Amino acid sequence: MSQLVEQIRHVCALGALQSVLAIERAVPVLHAGPGCGQKLWGALGLDNGCQGSGYVGGHSVPSTNITEKEVIFGGDKKLRETIENALKVIDADLFVVLTGCTSDIVGDDVGEVVREFQDAGKPVVYAETGGFKGTNIYGHELVLEAIIDQYLKPSEEIEPGLVNIWSVVPFQDAFWTGNLKELEKLVSEIGLKPNVIFGPGRGLQALNKVPKAQFNLLVSPWVGVKNVQSLEEKFGTPYLHYPVLPIGPTETGKFLRTVGEYAGLDSKRIEEVINRHENEYFYYIERSADVLLETRLLPRRFITVADSFYTLGVSKFLINDMGLLPETQFITDDVSPEHQEKIEEEFKNFIDGISSEVVFTNDGGLAQETIRNIKFRGRPLILGSAWERVLAEDINGYQLSISMPLSDRLVLNRSYVGYEGALRLVEDIYSLVLQDFQ
Amino acid sequence: MAINVQSAEAAVRESRLGAITGYNGTIKDLVSRASCCSLKNRERCFSQASACSSGCAQGYLSGIEDAAIVNHAPIGCAADSIYGNTANKWGESIRGWKHRNINFITTNMTEEDTVFGAVNKLREAVREAYMRFKPKAIFVTTSCVSGIIGEDIKSVLDELSDEIPVPLSPVFCEGFKSKVWASGFDAAFHAILTAIVKPPEVKTNKVNMINFRGGAKEAITAILARFELEPVFVAPFSTVEELSKMSESAATISICGTLGSYLGNGLEEQYGVPYVKSLQPHGTAGMDSWLRGLGKATGKENEVEEYIAEEKARITSELAVIREKLKGYKAVVGMGPSFGHNYIRVLQELGVEVVWGATWHFDQHYDHGTCPESSRKLSDSETDIPISVCDQQNFELLNLLNKLKPDLYISRHGGTAVWATKMGIASVMVADEYSAFGYQGLIDFGYRLIDAVTNRSLAKNLSARVKLPYTDWWLSQDGFSFLQEEVG
Repeated sequence: MSQLVEQIRHVCALGALQSVLAIERAVPVLHAGPGCGQKLWGALGLDNGCQGSGYVGGHSVPSTNITEKEVIFGGDKKLRETIENALKVIDADLFVVLTGCTSDIVGDDVGEVVREFQDAGKPVVYAETGGFKGTNIYGHELVLEAIIDQYLKPSEEIEPGLVNIWSVVPFQDAFWTGNLKELEKLVSEIGLKPNVIFGPGRGLQALNKVPKAQFNLLVSPWVGVKNVQSLEEKFGTPYLHYPVLPIGPTETGKFLRTVGEYAGLDSKRIEEVINRHENEYFYYIERSADVLLETRLLPRRFITVADSFYTLGVSKFLINDMGLLPETQFITDDVSPEHQEKIEEEFKNFIDGISSEVVFTNDGGLAQETIRNIKFRGRPLILGSAWERVLAEDINGYQLSISMPLSDRLVLNRSYVGYEGALRLVEDIYSLVLQDFQ
Repeated sequence: MAINVQSAEAAVRESRLGAITGYNGTIKDLVSRASCCSLKNRERCFSQASACSSGCAQGYLSGIEDAAIVNHAPIGCAADSIYGNTANKWGESIRGWKHRNINFITTNMTEEDTVFGAVNKLREAVREAYMRFKPKAIFVTTSCVSGIIGEDIKSVLDELSDEIPVPLSPVFCEGFKSKVWASGFDAAFHAILTAIVKPPEVKTNKVNMINFRGGAKEAITAILARFELEPVFVAPFSTVEELSKMSESAATISICGTLGSYLGNGLEEQYGVPYVKSLQPHGTAGMDSWLRGLGKATGKENEVEEYIAEEKARITSELAVIREKLKGYKAVVGMGPSFGHNYIRVLQELGVEVVWGATWHFDQHYDHGTCPESSRKLSDSETDIPISVCDQQNFELLNLLNKLKPDLYISRHGGTAVWATKMGIASVMVADEYSAFGYQGLIDFGYRLIDAVTNRSLAKNLSARVKLPYTDWWLSQDGFSFLQEEVG
């Protein structure tokens, strides 16, 4: 990500403060400028599905608010004082110190300061997340690395059937709570014991169980590969990497069979689960098929401008299950080059030999310029972010925000994962088509 | 201190206006010490994330219709462009305009750039911004990184001015340079004043109306029309061309004393456009003072007096009803200093007792050299009011609210009203800068407060279920125990 960017769709590494907040009773302590926190949670939280501050987010996040003094004389003292008092003032179980650009350039010895607290038995870890180092998705991985390295302890025993689920990036994906819950539900239905650290009601209890798992399940095109590899190195836990966010019957069935086979589960039980879900799913799809098929308004072609979870997951669903055809898909989460080829392969692998063009770019302006030059037959469906609303108006498309920023939607527990999630997505897409002319 | 248009950047508020972010006392003490320049800032040994200049500078400038922003920074500094775009769309909606996305590019600085510099990337980004948006001006906003590594932005823009035929202006708004985020507004206005505003060719009947999103556009246009004046809404939703002619206007007025000081005084000093230095137009006393100031500046004193008398007569009986309904209610105010000290007066006009006023900073004087008019007005009244200053430090504020337990918490700036609500306190956040604008605004705001105290179910239910993120130890401490001694 070295080129200029118009219309941002992710923020910088320090944005991982939101990943900390996604762990119940964990709190980030920023060693950063006064405005970093506000800018980042605004983009990832408030203006992204109206995800607010929750227990200890927003202006509650402790921060050294670095000024000229710390830039010139160093900020170690200020950081030490802030951590010390944060431990007294804030009621939390885990304190994750995150550095910003200023501290990383000036070269404060944050590790040394944090180790003083660790040596005193305080639950403090740190990650160097200076914004210039990468995206908040990269930062999310750094936070998990910090927790793995500095907080988690090896377990004497392995709990059979216990599976840690790692998937979407909290807050970056406005639907993260719903999506993780749905993955958890699916995995438990086939007979495993899911363990998710992010979201309500989990917290350190879930985190502490991580080293005990039978395996790590990573449901992600690329984000988190580094973390499951680290967990394997540190605790010897094997991992299954499933690269597609499963949306709809085709992909979800494949997902459940893959997980079941990997875990050595009875295939009969898995087929029963799949069958039950498909029956229910098709009840609704059959009932709405009249409208899906017999109106003159429905889009036939779609474009995604979204992070890799959704470009891929949604494309699989719309092509393999819903009979739509792809135009170009734009992947905006700054996928590191070593993962791009594998992701691109997935876009050549739809039913009936259908494939889709893919462009990796986090420059939304460039993506939109490319879309404006496509000649459409009929109104296209654009699954993107709030930045695409103006574009859709200009090119007469149908637009639904699914990827950061979702400043035009309020998201609570909605999920687009699995069978249920696919039904929600169909509801959302076709409701906007129907609302468009009424 | 005069505004220096020869300098590349505006001095931050701490050094220019004696601004402070740490204080605990009363309004009378605050104003008397500010007036004799004996007030010093108090630092904190614990703090929570606040806000920075760059957010204010680029958020404000990105609202100009046909300008573009290039943010020379890592990508996270552009995070606020999403809010900027959303707020801009709100403003377009109330005007019935077609939506656009704001013209905003980040140079997306990386680790390598922090070592080798990134002036080439900046050059490319400015060229690209010109190509993509065809803007009438390009503002380059700086960042902590560009500032610390010493990027020579001015030279890059000077070079590019040969090939790009529109004003190219740096906006120096590095977050670490000021704890007072409003310094960012000054940075933006400094760029407008030095790169956009042209010397006057004619004198007009226009009035520069410095504001944010212009929610009361129609009301203000109608009021000024009675005085044969015409507003130019500055700076969001205006064009570069309109801004360039601010020097021709008959006067400058502002919805916010904090916001208006730099540009208002700059235009007065440079081009003789009188800046109305009054209370801000919130409530009756504020509107009286603001309109009289405008009347005096434009020779419309009689017309103004007629209007004031008419409007006051119109709202008298309704105001009495509201005051009766709000009698006995106690409120805490948490806002920027201009809004805060003006809204305390507004609440008093509505019959609400203000038991504490917290402001996010305090300017000991404005650019015209005097202590803010709204603060002086409060300190002149009989009753003294407890006052504190904090850069939106929630731990301090919640400790205070927990002890004072007011009926109402009135705020401006996101991020505090939600916490008061979680404590079971009915809260009203003033998002629209015209919420209590003038006489009718006072009445509307009064009804809003009545609504807020009439059904408190959300606040009550939340407070019964939600735990605050503070230890019992902290909530039992003196809320200002982390304020250190005054330093020079």
